[in-house]
Amino acid sequence: MNELTMTLGLAGLLFMVGLGCVLTRRHAIGVLIGVELMLNAANINLIAFWRFGEATNLHSGVLFVMFAIGVAAAEAAVGLALVLAVYRHYKTVSLDKVEALKG
Amino acid sequence: MDIGFMLIAALVSVSGVAAVSFRNLVHCALSLAVCFAGIALLYLNLGAQFIGFAQAIVYIGAVAILIVFAILLTRSSEPDADSIWSSGRRWGIALALAFVVALFGGLSEGLDKTGGRNEVTVKEIGHLLMLDYLVPLLAIGVLLTSALIGAVVIAMDDSNEGGNGE
Repeated sequence: MNELTMTLGLAGLLFMVGLGCVLTRRHAIGVLIGVELMLNAANINLIAFWRFGEATNLHSGVLFVMFAIGVAAAEAAVGLALVLAVYRHYKTVSLDKVEALKG
Repeated sequence: MDIGFMLIAALVSVSGVAAVSFRNLVHCALSLAVCFAGIALLYLNLGAQFIGFAQAIVYIGAVAILIVFAILLTRSSEPDADSIWSSGRRWGIALALAFVVALFGGLSEGLDKTGGRNEVTVKEIGHLLMLDYLVPLLAIGVLLTSALIGAVVIAMDDSNEGGNGE
Protein backbone atom coordinates (compact mmCIF):
# COMPACT_ATOMS: atom_id res chain seq x y z
CA MET A 1 0.00 0.00 0.00
CA ASN A 2 1.60 3.23 -1.11
CA GLU A 3 1.52 6.71 0.37
CA LEU A 4 -1.23 7.98 -1.93
CA THR A 5 -3.56 5.18 -0.88
CA MET A 6 -2.81 5.75 2.79
CA THR A 7 -3.53 9.48 2.55
CA LEU A 8 -6.76 8.85 0.63
CA GLY A 9 -7.75 6.29 3.27
CA LEU A 10 -7.26 8.86 6.03
CA ALA A 11 -9.37 11.37 4.08
CA GLY A 12 -12.10 8.74 3.55
CA LEU A 13 -12.16 7.95 7.25
CA LEU A 14 -12.46 11.64 8.13
CA PHE A 15 -15.25 12.07 5.57
CA MET A 16 -17.13 9.10 7.06
CA VAL A 17 -16.86 10.58 10.56
CA GLY A 18 -18.13 13.93 9.28
CA LEU A 19 -21.00 12.33 7.35
CA GLY A 20 -22.05 10.29 10.37
CA CYS A 21 -21.94 13.44 12.50
CA VAL A 22 -24.10 15.43 10.05
CA LEU A 23 -26.70 12.66 9.84
CA THR A 24 -26.91 11.76 13.53
CA ARG A 25 -26.25 14.81 15.72
CA ARG A 26 -29.26 16.60 17.13
CA HIS A 27 -27.55 19.93 17.80
CA ALA A 28 -27.20 22.37 14.86
CA ILE A 29 -23.63 23.36 15.80
CA GLY A 30 -22.70 19.67 15.99
CA VAL A 31 -23.94 19.29 12.41
CA LEU A 32 -21.78 22.26 11.33
CA ILE A 33 -18.75 20.60 12.96
CA GLY A 34 -19.45 17.54 10.77
CA VAL A 35 -19.64 19.72 7.65
CA GLU A 36 -16.23 21.23 8.46
CA LEU A 37 -14.73 17.74 8.85
CA MET A 38 -16.10 16.71 5.43
CA LEU A 39 -14.68 19.83 3.75
CA ASN A 40 -11.28 19.14 5.27
CA ALA A 41 -11.38 15.54 4.05
CA ALA A 42 -11.99 16.78 0.50
CA ASN A 43 -9.04 19.18 0.80
CA ILE A 44 -6.75 16.35 1.95
CA ASN A 45 -7.72 14.43 -1.22
CA LEU A 46 -6.75 17.37 -3.44
CA ILE A 47 -3.38 17.78 -1.72
CA ALA A 48 -2.70 14.02 -1.89
CA PHE A 49 -3.35 13.86 -5.64
CA TRP A 50 -1.21 16.97 -6.20
CA ARG A 51 1.67 15.56 -4.14
CA PHE A 52 1.77 12.03 -5.51
CA GLY A 53 0.20 12.54 -8.94
CA GLU A 54 1.92 12.05 -12.25
CA ALA A 55 1.77 15.64 -13.49
CA THR A 56 4.79 17.70 -12.48
CA ASN A 57 4.91 21.51 -12.39
CA LEU A 58 1.12 21.63 -12.33
CA HIS A 59 0.04 23.18 -9.07
CA SER A 60 -3.73 23.28 -9.57
CA GLY A 61 -4.26 21.07 -6.50
CA VAL A 62 -2.68 23.59 -4.16
CA LEU A 63 -4.63 26.48 -5.67
CA PHE A 64 -7.88 24.50 -5.49
CA VAL A 65 -7.33 23.92 -1.77
CA MET A 66 -6.64 27.62 -1.23
CA PHE A 67 -9.93 28.61 -2.84
CA ALA A 68 -11.77 25.79 -1.03
CA ILE A 69 -10.47 27.11 2.31
CA GLY A 70 -11.77 30.57 1.39
CA VAL A 71 -15.22 29.25 0.46
CA ALA A 72 -15.32 27.11 3.62
CA ALA A 73 -14.59 30.16 5.76
CA ALA A 74 -17.52 32.00 4.15
CA GLU A 75 -19.71 28.92 4.65
CA ALA A 76 -18.84 28.69 8.35
CA ALA A 77 -19.65 32.36 8.92
CA VAL A 78 -23.03 32.16 7.15
CA GLY A 79 -23.89 28.81 8.76
CA LEU A 80 -23.23 30.01 12.28
CA ALA A 81 -25.17 33.23 11.61
CA LEU A 82 -28.12 31.05 10.52
CA VAL A 83 -27.78 29.04 13.75
CA LEU A 84 -27.97 32.29 15.72
CA ALA A 85 -31.06 33.40 13.76
CA VAL A 86 -32.75 30.02 14.35
CA TYR A 87 -31.92 30.21 18.05
CA ARG A 88 -33.43 33.70 18.32
CA HIS A 89 -36.64 32.60 16.58
CA TYR A 90 -37.23 29.16 18.10
CA LYS A 91 -35.30 29.56 21.40
CA THR A 92 -33.65 26.21 20.65
CA VAL A 93 -31.05 24.80 18.25
CA SER A 94 -32.15 21.18 18.55
CA LEU A 95 -32.84 20.07 14.99
CA ASP A 96 -35.63 17.70 16.08
CA LYS A 97 -37.61 20.65 17.44
CA VAL A 98 -37.15 22.98 14.46
CA GLU A 99 -39.86 21.43 12.31
CA ALA A 100 -41.91 24.27 10.83
CA LEU A 101 -41.63 22.73 7.35
CA LYS A 102 -42.48 19.19 8.48
CA GLY A 103 -45.28 17.68 6.41
CA MET B 1 5.59 4.84 5.05
CA ASP B 2 7.21 7.18 7.51
CA ILE B 3 6.44 7.32 11.20
CA GLY B 4 5.47 11.01 11.01
CA PHE B 5 2.50 10.28 8.76
CA MET B 6 1.37 7.48 11.07
CA LEU B 7 1.44 9.75 14.12
CA ILE B 8 -0.42 12.52 12.28
CA ALA B 9 -3.01 10.07 10.96
CA ALA B 10 -3.61 8.73 14.46
CA LEU B 11 -3.96 12.28 15.84
CA VAL B 12 -6.40 13.33 13.10
CA SER B 13 -8.51 10.18 13.41
CA VAL B 14 -8.76 10.19 17.20
CA SER B 15 -9.50 13.91 17.49
CA GLY B 16 -11.97 13.73 14.58
CA VAL B 17 -13.92 10.92 16.24
CA ALA B 18 -13.75 12.79 19.55
CA ALA B 19 -15.08 15.97 17.89
CA VAL B 20 -18.30 14.23 16.87
CA SER B 21 -18.88 12.06 19.94
CA PHE B 22 -18.41 14.30 22.99
CA ARG B 23 -21.58 15.17 24.84
CA ASN B 24 -20.50 18.70 25.77
CA LEU B 25 -20.25 20.91 22.68
CA VAL B 26 -17.32 22.93 24.06
CA HIS B 27 -15.29 19.72 24.20
CA CYS B 28 -16.37 18.99 20.61
CA ALA B 29 -15.12 22.40 19.46
CA LEU B 30 -11.76 21.97 21.21
CA SER B 31 -11.31 18.48 19.70
CA LEU B 32 -12.16 20.00 16.33
CA ALA B 33 -9.35 22.55 16.81
CA VAL B 34 -6.93 19.69 17.58
CA CYS B 35 -8.16 17.89 14.44
CA PHE B 36 -7.54 21.03 12.33
CA ALA B 37 -4.03 21.30 13.81
CA GLY B 38 -3.39 17.67 12.83
CA ILE B 39 -4.57 18.36 9.28
CA ALA B 40 -2.24 21.40 9.11
CA LEU B 41 0.63 19.13 10.19
CA LEU B 42 -0.42 16.65 7.50
CA TYR B 43 -0.19 19.39 4.83
CA LEU B 44 3.29 20.31 6.10
CA ASN B 45 4.24 16.62 5.99
CA LEU B 46 2.98 16.41 2.39
CA GLY B 47 5.13 19.34 1.29
CA ALA B 48 2.38 21.96 0.99
CA GLN B 49 3.79 24.50 3.45
CA PHE B 50 1.66 27.44 2.31
CA ILE B 51 -1.57 25.45 2.61
CA GLY B 52 -0.49 24.15 6.02
CA PHE B 53 -0.07 27.64 7.41
CA ALA B 54 -3.25 28.87 5.70
CA GLN B 55 -5.09 25.94 7.32
CA ALA B 56 -3.70 26.86 10.74
CA ILE B 57 -4.65 30.53 10.38
CA VAL B 58 -8.09 30.10 8.82
CA TYR B 59 -9.36 26.99 10.61
CA ILE B 60 -7.75 27.07 14.05
CA GLY B 61 -7.68 30.86 14.23
CA ALA B 62 -11.06 31.70 12.72
CA VAL B 63 -13.48 28.78 12.23
CA ALA B 64 -12.86 27.06 15.58
CA ILE B 65 -13.15 30.38 17.44
CA LEU B 66 -16.33 31.18 15.48
CA ILE B 67 -17.84 27.85 16.58
CA VAL B 68 -16.91 28.55 20.21
CA PHE B 69 -18.61 31.97 19.95
CA ALA B 70 -21.73 30.39 18.43
CA ILE B 71 -21.85 27.88 21.33
CA LEU B 72 -21.53 30.80 23.75
CA LEU B 73 -24.25 32.89 22.08
CA THR B 74 -26.77 30.04 21.84
CA ARG B 75 -26.17 28.98 25.47
CA SER B 76 -25.53 25.38 24.47
CA SER B 77 -22.42 24.76 26.57
CA GLU B 78 -24.48 22.77 29.07
CA PRO B 79 -25.29 19.32 27.68
CA ASP B 80 -28.93 18.56 26.99
CA ALA B 81 -30.92 16.47 29.37
CA ASP B 82 -32.03 14.17 26.55
CA SER B 83 -29.88 12.39 23.97
CA ILE B 84 -27.42 14.27 21.74
CA TRP B 85 -28.38 12.06 18.79
CA SER B 86 -31.25 12.91 16.48
CA SER B 87 -34.32 10.76 15.93
CA GLY B 88 -33.16 9.40 12.55
CA ARG B 89 -29.73 8.27 13.72
CA ARG B 90 -30.08 4.65 12.58
CA TRP B 91 -30.41 5.72 8.96
CA GLY B 92 -27.52 8.12 9.39
CA ILE B 93 -25.17 5.48 10.79
CA ALA B 94 -26.23 2.98 8.12
CA LEU B 95 -25.64 5.52 5.33
CA ALA B 96 -22.21 6.50 6.67
CA LEU B 97 -21.16 2.84 6.95
CA ALA B 98 -22.44 2.05 3.44
CA PHE B 99 -20.49 5.03 2.14
CA VAL B 100 -17.24 3.96 3.77
CA VAL B 101 -17.65 0.37 2.55
CA ALA B 102 -18.08 1.61 -1.04
CA LEU B 103 -15.17 4.04 -0.70
CA PHE B 104 -12.68 1.59 0.77
CA GLY B 105 -13.83 -1.09 -1.67
CA GLY B 106 -12.68 1.15 -4.50
CA LEU B 107 -9.55 2.14 -2.63
CA SER B 108 -8.48 -1.43 -1.87
CA GLU B 109 -7.63 -1.99 -5.51
CA GLY B 110 -4.85 0.49 -4.95
CA LEU B 111 -3.57 3.38 -7.02
CA ASP B 112 -0.23 2.25 -8.36
CA LYS B 113 0.31 4.92 -11.00
CA THR B 114 1.92 7.53 -8.85
CA GLY B 115 4.54 9.97 -9.99
CA GLY B 116 7.25 11.57 -7.93
CA ARG B 117 6.78 13.99 -5.09
CA ASN B 118 5.69 17.38 -6.30
CA GLU B 119 7.03 20.47 -4.58
CA VAL B 120 5.79 24.03 -4.77
CA THR B 121 7.34 27.24 -3.46
CA VAL B 122 5.49 30.26 -2.15
CA LYS B 123 6.96 32.29 -5.02
CA GLU B 124 5.33 29.97 -7.56
CA ILE B 125 1.99 30.20 -5.72
CA GLY B 126 2.25 33.98 -5.78
CA HIS B 127 2.95 34.02 -9.51
CA LEU B 128 0.03 31.66 -10.18
CA LEU B 129 -2.36 33.73 -8.05
CA MET B 130 -1.38 37.01 -9.67
CA LEU B 131 -1.30 35.73 -13.27
CA ASP B 132 -3.28 32.56 -14.04
CA TYR B 133 -5.75 32.65 -11.14
CA LEU B 134 -6.29 36.40 -10.84
CA VAL B 135 -10.00 36.33 -11.74
CA PRO B 136 -10.84 33.52 -9.25
CA LEU B 137 -8.88 35.40 -6.57
CA LEU B 138 -10.94 38.56 -7.14
CA ALA B 139 -14.13 36.47 -7.24
CA ILE B 140 -13.34 34.88 -3.89
CA GLY B 141 -12.66 38.31 -2.43
CA VAL B 142 -16.10 39.48 -3.54
CA LEU B 143 -17.65 36.22 -2.26
CA LEU B 144 -16.04 36.56 1.18
CA THR B 145 -17.08 40.21 1.51
CA SER B 146 -20.69 39.55 0.53
CA ALA B 147 -20.89 36.40 2.69
CA LEU B 148 -19.60 38.21 5.77
CA ILE B 149 -21.96 41.16 5.23
CA GLY B 150 -24.80 38.65 4.75
CA ALA B 151 -23.82 36.82 7.94
CA VAL B 152 -23.95 40.08 9.90
CA VAL B 153 -27.37 40.91 8.42
CA ILE B 154 -28.74 37.43 9.22
CA ALA B 155 -27.43 37.45 12.79
CA MET B 156 -28.45 41.06 13.49
CA ASP B 157 -30.90 41.45 16.34
CA ASP B 158 -34.05 43.00 14.89
CA SER B 159 -36.32 42.39 17.87
CA ASN B 160 -36.51 46.10 18.85
CA GLU B 161 -36.99 47.32 15.30
CA GLY B 162 -38.95 50.59 15.24
CA GLY B 163 -38.55 50.90 18.98
CA ASN B 164 -36.64 54.16 18.63
CA GLY B 165 -39.63 56.00 17.20
CA GLU B 166 -41.74 55.58 20.30
